[in-house]
Amino acid sequence: MKPAIQLTERGLYCPQGDFYIDPWKSVPRAVVTHAHSDHACRGCGQYLTTPEGLAVLKVRMAADAVIETLPFGTSTHINGVQLSLHPAGHVLGSAQVRIEHAGYVSVVSGDYKIEPDRTCTPFEPVRCHLFLTESTFGLPVYRWPAPGEVSSQINQWWARNRSNGQSSVVYAYSLGKAQRILAGLDAGIGPIITHGAVEPLNQAYRESGISLPPTRTVSQVDNAKEFKGAMVLAPPSAQGTPWMRRFGEVSQAFASGWMQIRGTRRRRALDRGFVVSDHADWPGLLQAIEATGAETVWVTHGYSAVLVRWLQERGTEAQVLETRFQGEAGDTAGIEEADKPEAGQTQPEVAPS
Amino acid sequence: MNQFAQLFTTLDETNKTSGKVDALSDYFRAASPEDSAWALFFLTGRRLKQAVPTKLLRAWAMEQAGIPDWLFQESYDAVGDLAETIALLLPPPTGVDETALHHWVDRMNDLRFQGVEEQKRFVLEAWSQLGTPERFVWNKILVGAFRVGVSQQIVLRGLSKAKGVDVSQLTERLMGDWKPSAESYEQLISAATEQENLSRLFPFFLAHSLEDGDPTRLGPVTDWQAEWKWDGIRCQVIRRQGETWLWSRGEELITDRFPEIESLAHALPNGTVIDGEILAWADGRPLPFLQLQPRITRKTLTKTILRKAPVVLMAYDLLEHQGQEIRALPLVERRSLLETVIQNASGNPCVKLSPLVSGADWLAVSAEQARSRELGAEGLMLKRRSSPYRAGRTRGDWWKWKVEPYTADAVLTAAQRGSGKRASLYTDYTFSIWKNGELVPFAKAYSGLTDIEIQEVDAFLRKHMREKFGPVRTVEPLLVFELGFEAIQRSTRHKSGLAVRFPRILRWRRDKTAEQADSIESIEALLTLSQATQPISNTENPENPGSASRERFLFDL
Repeated sequence: MKPAIQLTERGLYCPQGDFYIDPWKSVPRAVVTHAHSDHACRGCGQYLTTPEGLAVLKVRMAADAVIETLPFGTSTHINGVQLSLHPAGHVLGSAQVRIEHAGYVSVVSGDYKIEPDRTCTPFEPVRCHLFLTESTFGLPVYRWPAPGEVSSQINQWWARNRSNGQSSVVYAYSLGKAQRILAGLDAGIGPIITHGAVEPLNQAYRESGISLPPTRTVSQVDNAKEFKGAMVLAPPSAQGTPWMRRFGEVSQAFASGWMQIRGTRRRRALDRGFVVSDHADWPGLLQAIEATGAETVWVTHGYSAVLVRWLQERGTEAQVLETRFQGEAGDTAGIEEADKPEAGQTQPEVAPS
Repeated sequence: MNQFAQLFTTLDETNKTSGKVDALSDYFRAASPEDSAWALFFLTGRRLKQAVPTKLLRAWAMEQAGIPDWLFQESYDAVGDLAETIALLLPPPTGVDETALHHWVDRMNDLRFQGVEEQKRFVLEAWSQLGTPERFVWNKILVGAFRVGVSQQIVLRGLSKAKGVDVSQLTERLMGDWKPSAESYEQLISAATEQENLSRLFPFFLAHSLEDGDPTRLGPVTDWQAEWKWDGIRCQVIRRQGETWLWSRGEELITDRFPEIESLAHALPNGTVIDGEILAWADGRPLPFLQLQPRITRKTLTKTILRKAPVVLMAYDLLEHQGQEIRALPLVERRSLLETVIQNASGNPCVKLSPLVSGADWLAVSAEQARSRELGAEGLMLKRRSSPYRAGRTRGDWWKWKVEPYTADAVLTAAQRGSGKRASLYTDYTFSIWKNGELVPFAKAYSGLTDIEIQEVDAFLRKHMREKFGPVRTVEPLLVFELGFEAIQRSTRHKSGLAVRFPRILRWRRDKTAEQADSIESIEALLTLSQATQPISNTENPENPGSASRERFLFDL
């Protein structure tokens, strides 16, 4: 039995079904796991995603993009290949792609996390022969604190800053991370202001039925006094821009899994680093892989060599797969990635390298 | 432990000095005397001997985490700090830590005399109770490597704020072999005795750099007093009621390091405070700063050391005269009083009045500034004649106007990881120059690149590493940087035969290849040039204008 997926220069390809999964160059047919720009490139003929991911993907794709949807757990057949999508728990609408051909089941997980997150459908393990996993945080030093714990840290920090007359700025990805942090904020503390790159995605989340605390953009605030003590959600690229000036004295934080490491936290020279990631931590990766029962594991973007060696030592057939996916920007090699200009609708959040 | 770890985290996260002082003050207000004593001990850079060998800690951590050696190593490479790596790898705590810092430390101190099994039991017990931040701090203490990004000065400001005791008094009481205990802590923060008030120094007035090197914007030259900028140890000499105290700028008491100055002070009238600079001096000119180093670093001052580096006090200013504090007087008046005081002490070769540099206009003063190196000075100090003696680094009245540094193009040949904010990045570089067709190490430099450049160099280095010598990795000699430095000396300890002072990276020479870097001959030409003149260097560390490097090694006493 052979996997029905192969790596090509345009991305992961299923020759039997003649479609790509998360291609990094334009192709006729793309199955998209989620709308982050290293997984969803523009210019493809047709896209397939989940109904939950539709609104978000529309924000990121050209206005005339042809996007079809397939509900979680529903199978479709393409040239004799059985295809279905299953929750990946990464961001709203994010899916794992299950491909069954001639009795062989392959699952491409895209990016995923297994922690609960009320802004998206939780990760579901899918039994398979071949599992294609990310490894962004594939080192045992990455183990996330409970999500509720981080939310209360953020709220406490915000409340304290507000009482000191400071605004609080959290730099986070505009798709996924920002909404997840937003969902944990206590709107009773004060007003929540979002950057123009974040707000369209908040709207897409709300349209998709995810309730989020009320937010306003800068232009929706009439009285500049309201900025003082507010919570501001902005993409990392907003740091140090003139846009920030209106908030007066600010305390700034970065929300990322990389904030787990003190050196990374300190290097950003911000006041706080909150450990929040939409990628699986080390225990999460191991648990997810185990639950698939896969006999073969292909490991992409991240600490792939480490995870492969760990799996091999435990008797799993594993290999590194060199893709162009990027995981979470902001590590030692990639801080500048997170700082790339980002304007939500016009520019990708994380450009493929 | 919890309180102390919380303090550590806050200090770690706070960039502003005032925030750090507040956090420290809050801690000292809340903590018990026993805990405060140990906290002060660790925060001021004092260390206990390593209680448990690192190798064992590492082995136990791997066992607890259930990971093999290679994975520990991978983790360590990503984290860049052993104590932190262990803290992150251990399974989540099973208990709750309610044990006070001093209990943990007391038990740890007993550990050195116990067998490996007891050591292990104790370490695992601590690990199973402490949360990640506490474990990190605890591991740092265990391996004798606790360090936090605050100076003793800031810690003492925090303590001073909490307990209302002067920083200089705390400094003096902490001198020497201070033993942490509830009693010694209570004594430390008790009210000042009359005797202690006598030794009190004034906050130093520090100058800003004249960044653009253009003094004309300062107004008429006649408003300004110009003096040479010397490179030595800035100090205050205090003579009160028949006793002498010599304070460095870092508020370290250094009287016993300079017996000549102490005996000079005997000739001063009681109620005198002089601001000046200690310089190694011979044949009418200063010796390189390096000559002063043995005075600071050696435990005992031998006759040889005293003879090799005879010192003088270059007197700048007078802060107390006939028992009256006179800082508010205009500089011209203080200067004239200083001249009288020094004249009366004349005959003592150990004191010199800082010579004034005059010029009819700024152009003439510039011409003087340009010959600073000939005199062994590093530039000029410009002081407003009407200025009071202010506290700290206050802008506007005092400016330091330095000559351009020496430069050389050198090749990056080895690198080491930084620490703290730069842990896990290769930021500490060794640079080499050509000597007989071979690259020889010439200088080490840590700063001068932007964060973005550091990332770029780091990424490059990781791809071009060659060999490993402990923490140092040699790299392919491909990158060229322009280095700036303040002084050059012959040195038998350096392979290049030269030692430079305050080397730092001025810019990345992407346009140059290794072959185009400088050779020993071109540096030696600078040496010849400078030996005619014996240049010396900055009082300020250009890497870190906020803190003089002097203070840093005074702490190592």
